[in-house]
Amino acid sequence: MSLSKNPFDANVSLAGRCNCGHHTSQAEHDAEAVAEREALESRAVEGAVMRALFPDDQLRRNFLKAVGVGTAYAAVATLFPLAAAREAFAESTGPLEKTKLKVGFIPITCATPIIMAHPMGFYAKQGLDVEVVKTAGWAVVRDKALAKEYDAAHMLSPMPLAISLGAGSNPIPWTMPAVENINGQAITLAMKHKDKRNPKSWKGFKFAVPFDYSMHNYLLRYYLAEFGIDPDKDVQIRSVPPPEMVANLRAGNIDGFLAPDPVNQRAVYDGVGFIHILSKDIWEGHPCCAFAASKEFVTQTPNTYKALLKAIIEATAYAKKAEHRKEIAAAIAPANYLNQPVTVVEQVLTGTFADGLGKVQKVPNRIDFDPFPWHSFAVWILTQMKRWGQIQGDVDYQKVAREVFLATDAAKLMQEVGLTPPKTTSKSFVVMKKTFDPAKPEAYLKSFAIGKS
Amino acid sequence: MTTLRKPWLAPLLSVLLLAFLLGVWQLAAQPETTVVDPGLDPEYAALIGAAAAGGGQSAMPTPGEVGGKLWAHLTDPFYDRGTNDKGLGIQIGYSLARVLAGYLIAVALAVPLGFLIGMSPLAYRALDPYIQVLKPISPLAWMPLALYTIKDSGTSAVFVIFICSVWPILVNTAFGVASVRRDWLNVARTLEVSPLRTAFTVILPAAAPTILTGMRISIGIAWLVIVAAEMLVGGTGIGYFVWNEWNNLSIANIIVAILVIGVVGMALDTMLARLARAVSYRE
Repeated sequence: MSLSKNPFDANVSLAGRCNCGHHTSQAEHDAEAVAEREALESRAVEGAVMRALFPDDQLRRNFLKAVGVGTAYAAVATLFPLAAAREAFAESTGPLEKTKLKVGFIPITCATPIIMAHPMGFYAKQGLDVEVVKTAGWAVVRDKALAKEYDAAHMLSPMPLAISLGAGSNPIPWTMPAVENINGQAITLAMKHKDKRNPKSWKGFKFAVPFDYSMHNYLLRYYLAEFGIDPDKDVQIRSVPPPEMVANLRAGNIDGFLAPDPVNQRAVYDGVGFIHILSKDIWEGHPCCAFAASKEFVTQTPNTYKALLKAIIEATAYAKKAEHRKEIAAAIAPANYLNQPVTVVEQVLTGTFADGLGKVQKVPNRIDFDPFPWHSFAVWILTQMKRWGQIQGDVDYQKVAREVFLATDAAKLMQEVGLTPPKTTSKSFVVMKKTFDPAKPEAYLKSFAIGKS
Repeated sequence: MTTLRKPWLAPLLSVLLLAFLLGVWQLAAQPETTVVDPGLDPEYAALIGAAAAGGGQSAMPTPGEVGGKLWAHLTDPFYDRGTNDKGLGIQIGYSLARVLAGYLIAVALAVPLGFLIGMSPLAYRALDPYIQVLKPISPLAWMPLALYTIKDSGTSAVFVIFICSVWPILVNTAFGVASVRRDWLNVARTLEVSPLRTAFTVILPAAAPTILTGMRISIGIAWLVIVAAEMLVGGTGIGYFVWNEWNNLSIANIIVAILVIGVVGMALDTMLARLARAVSYRE
């Protein structure tokens, strides 16, 4: 770490103490980090073995309770050489099939891990020479990724599902090995609607979302429908690339948008709009953007894929820590990446922001980073695709979720970089006070009054 | 055109017009005196732009600001701060390379084809409906199709330049060839000149001014198209530069880019105009 310290950063101490301030020297900090990682790697292997032996978590707990930890460990070790497995995992995998990669991104803070991995050296650490290429819109990212011009790309998390299902393009097996960010979006309204804070009064509004196959579209539709506004009849929702949103809001072409940041904060910064609600208040912990690659890339260059994913997950783990957020904001704001004023990016990442109505709000988890691609996220997205008529007919929710959202790979690598992956790949969650049970998607779908199906 | 008695009058008028326009712009863009609302929380004011703190919206840049940006770009046109941030000179270079590639392919294809069409009334009538349908299609409409089939954004941009600049050359060449004076062809025939020789020594020189006019129209179209195409596919080029600055809502930089696009377009047009003058003749 000591080499990568930025001598021009006011938050970094060059003399004596380490980055985090808990150790007397950087060396001590590094040593502890290494020990921590090794311990975590061992844990990862043991966890994988236990999960393989006991697919049902309850069974595992019962077993442990019944025989005690020591006995259980010995019993498992006789069945499975845990020590050997730990070593096998720690050994580096084969050589990288290719080191020069191109990764496409859209200039929004959702892409933080993909972008920051470049200036902050996470790709280089894995021996990869990655070129991060700014791209004009989601359709172009999709087409360039399909054309193999990009090896991997920043996409919206519904896009790999849509591509795999062939909605809006030819079906091509696509994968999503990691979610990039959770939360971090907002509904912004034009200043002239300052007094119309109740969505029931929004009939006739024109809204923008970044793309048809986006969490933004589904969240906005969900939000409106919960207030009795039919998103297909009572308002107009159009797809507008994020950079053009503020310009359109300013010109009065649209009344508001559910957009990724820094677009919302930029609207406030320029005095054009105010933040009505953060997306985390619609669904706390919702996924947004994703790191996506073709199945071909994953299967034909497995070592490169693993190294790239590790760089992304490491960057995500780094971004998760609140104390790193200012440093990251400074790294990704320049023209080569987001091309935004640093204060705008900083307000998004730190969660201390001006809301456009004269108040400074402090919401530390306004945007957060958690790479785990929950299968239940995919199932929820599929229910909404069906709800709004983007896909028809029967959907094998669980199968599609499993094939596209590569939860196992992410879990393995998350543990390697010091994050704690969850034990299961499916969880229920609450969207606007309504619980979603991933085991019953059809029943969930039928419970909505407004929708096309 | 009659010669002006005072040759300095027109440039003077141009300069005066420019000064007047800049003055109007300066006045119009003058930011309202941004007094920070005294009731505003200073912590809040620090987080938003100066104009927003004054209760307004960020304003148009003044000519002075644009001039400053222009100077900064002109003094350092070839910087390279990574994949997505290159100097204006480099971006123009990328755009020119794409335009020339697409344009030269168009010329290489359209001139011989136009020749054939012009010499055969049958081919002219058979191909005319296709030309008329394909001619008015906007570059932006071609782009998704190109990206989807060609599967390479750089080649797609070149293809779009080609497909948009091919028609004026084709139509003009065909027209120029078809309207070569009959007398000259008849003279050539009486002198028993071979058809190939007739084409090169009689028809080509006779049709050259019309062909050059088509090429001049086309280079203008190609330069128009490149900005749109690059805004769409991104990556490099002057169109990407405009898009990237739009992303940052930096109107000053966009105005700089507009000026540069205009100057380069004028230079391309002047070059072809010179060429057209060189091949023109008096009957």
